[in-house]
Amino acid sequence: MLQEHAKLMALFQAAGEVVGRKKLQKIVYISKKFNAPFQERYNFHMFGPYSEELTLRVEELNSLGFVEEVREQKSGYYQYRYSLTPEGQTFLNQHQSAIVGNDTLFCRLNDNSSKFLELVSTILYFDDLTEAEVRDKVHTLKKKQNYSDEDFEEAYAFIDELTHLH
Amino acid sequence: MQGNRILPEEKVFKDPVHRYIHVRDELIWDLIGTREVQRLRRIRQLGTTFLTFHGAEHTRFNHSLGVYEIMRRIIDVFQGRPNWDENERLLCLAAAVLHDIGHGPFSHSFEKVYDTDHEAWTRRIILEDTEVNAVLRRMGDDFPEKVAEVIEKTYDNKLVVSMISSQIDADRMDYLQRDAFYTGVSYGHFDMERILRVMRPTEEQAVIKYTGMHAVEDYIMSRYQMYWQVYFHPVTRSAEVILSKLLHRVKDLYEKGYEFQTPPRHFIGFINNEITLEEYIKLDESVTMYYFQMWQEEEDAILQDLCRRFLDRRLFEHVEFDQHFVMNQWSELRQLFIDAGFDPDYYLVIDFSSDLPYDFYRPGEEEERMPIHLLTSDDRLRELSRESELVEAISGKKRTDQKVYFPKELLKAAGSDATKQRIQEILMDRGGA
Repeated sequence: MLQEHAKLMALFQAAGEVVGRKKLQKIVYISKKFNAPFQERYNFHMFGPYSEELTLRVEELNSLGFVEEVREQKSGYYQYRYSLTPEGQTFLNQHQSAIVGNDTLFCRLNDNSSKFLELVSTILYFDDLTEAEVRDKVHTLKKKQNYSDEDFEEAYAFIDELTHLH
Repeated sequence: MQGNRILPEEKVFKDPVHRYIHVRDELIWDLIGTREVQRLRRIRQLGTTFLTFHGAEHTRFNHSLGVYEIMRRIIDVFQGRPNWDENERLLCLAAAVLHDIGHGPFSHSFEKVYDTDHEAWTRRIILEDTEVNAVLRRMGDDFPEKVAEVIEKTYDNKLVVSMISSQIDADRMDYLQRDAFYTGVSYGHFDMERILRVMRPTEEQAVIKYTGMHAVEDYIMSRYQMYWQVYFHPVTRSAEVILSKLLHRVKDLYEKGYEFQTPPRHFIGFINNEITLEEYIKLDESVTMYYFQMWQEEEDAILQDLCRRFLDRRLFEHVEFDQHFVMNQWSELRQLFIDAGFDPDYYLVIDFSSDLPYDFYRPGEEEERMPIHLLTSDDRLRELSRESELVEAISGKKRTDQKVYFPKELLKAAGSDATKQRIQEILMDRGGA
């Protein structure tokens, strides 16, 4: 039951608290690209790959009381924190998780900033382009983020690290 | 412009939503005439909604022309303004006509069950050997790729992308009005003429002049009401549940080697994940409905039953569920269904709002996705929900629900059957009376 929801609960269980909706979006997207069996569909949006399905699924988990959402007022916007509730933990204990072997991946992703994960997920989104084409594309589509060469080096190194995680 | 010419006489389509759809460009006229666009006449815009609102028989063809017409009107407003590049005009219009070209029959259910993706088919129809591609290439070898990028939202000019795909775009403005018209509901109406008059191009996106805030509020309210009253209608979702289970049954039977009286020839490519572009283009709702008709006579009782339920509109009943149900009653209910002779994999179905392809406006968190912006008189951009109490109020409302669907007869004719009585107790406890 609730297979797809259970996968997200397993992510929160492994990664602990996730701060920021954008960050959560990118963690799931990048995990998918590294074969974690999430089913949420993604489209490209202004800030990289985005899944409305994921947004709703997390709201459903919150509505069922399995995931806690805390809204914080920041300067000019809201930020959301997500974590597994005791009931969510009980549910996971009762149901065999449909997602195993990805805990390290989830933790490594959660260790990084949402801005960095936005770059990583965008690079992965354009994985059919050459590295030079990807850099051009990112610089055009994300002019405001002003990613430097060092950011790209770091992102590619991180992707390489994730590739060798399994 | 090279590859296009202005038609000697304007062509018009009569349209119940926009009155007239005006075509002046040969490129657009020829695109509409391609077999891939004409195929959209045989695919309903709202899938199974016609089983709830009998007027909802309109097709993706109607909608595609409507999006084109709104795009044409937006461009009229943008012409000559800063940030608008007239060289992008035909690209915008072509993307509007083609934005839904990859949709198949009942595509939402098909995509879930057979793990296919209409956006990938859109790309293939635009870029591979099709009539659409041949027409687009008259504008240059890179033109089809540009059209695909606009639809995929990866095109370099973000303003162009936002005109077809954003929180207030030609696509949404057409489907809200069109779906309202054809379903016959009184929601979904807003002052589009006003919104178009106050829409302005910026480098990043199309924005709305501050003076147009109330027209946008009306649009947001329409979107909110259509979401709950039409797109998330529980009866439509019941029909989707049965359709999905029907398609699952076909897949399961085929994979188990069941001998169909009417073999699922048009579905095999989906099941084996090796469907060709030509096979995909040939599949439409008339083909799928033919199979549903024939499978009413199959020996497999579940397939036969699901087809009859779908065609005869004998839909499932539903109740809401909560955490208590998930933790304490689900497993028991599944066993009771087995005891009562109903396979719970097909007759006890959980359905979430996240299973549906619609959304309503949410400003969200900073940089989650682009919200609607208002342009103030001193050229500053303000996010809509920060300025409008109405929009802020709607944005904070409950946005999800979850239901469990099951055959209606399980709530009736319980008699002395202890199993059915217990099923009733659990479901009645959820509010299903």
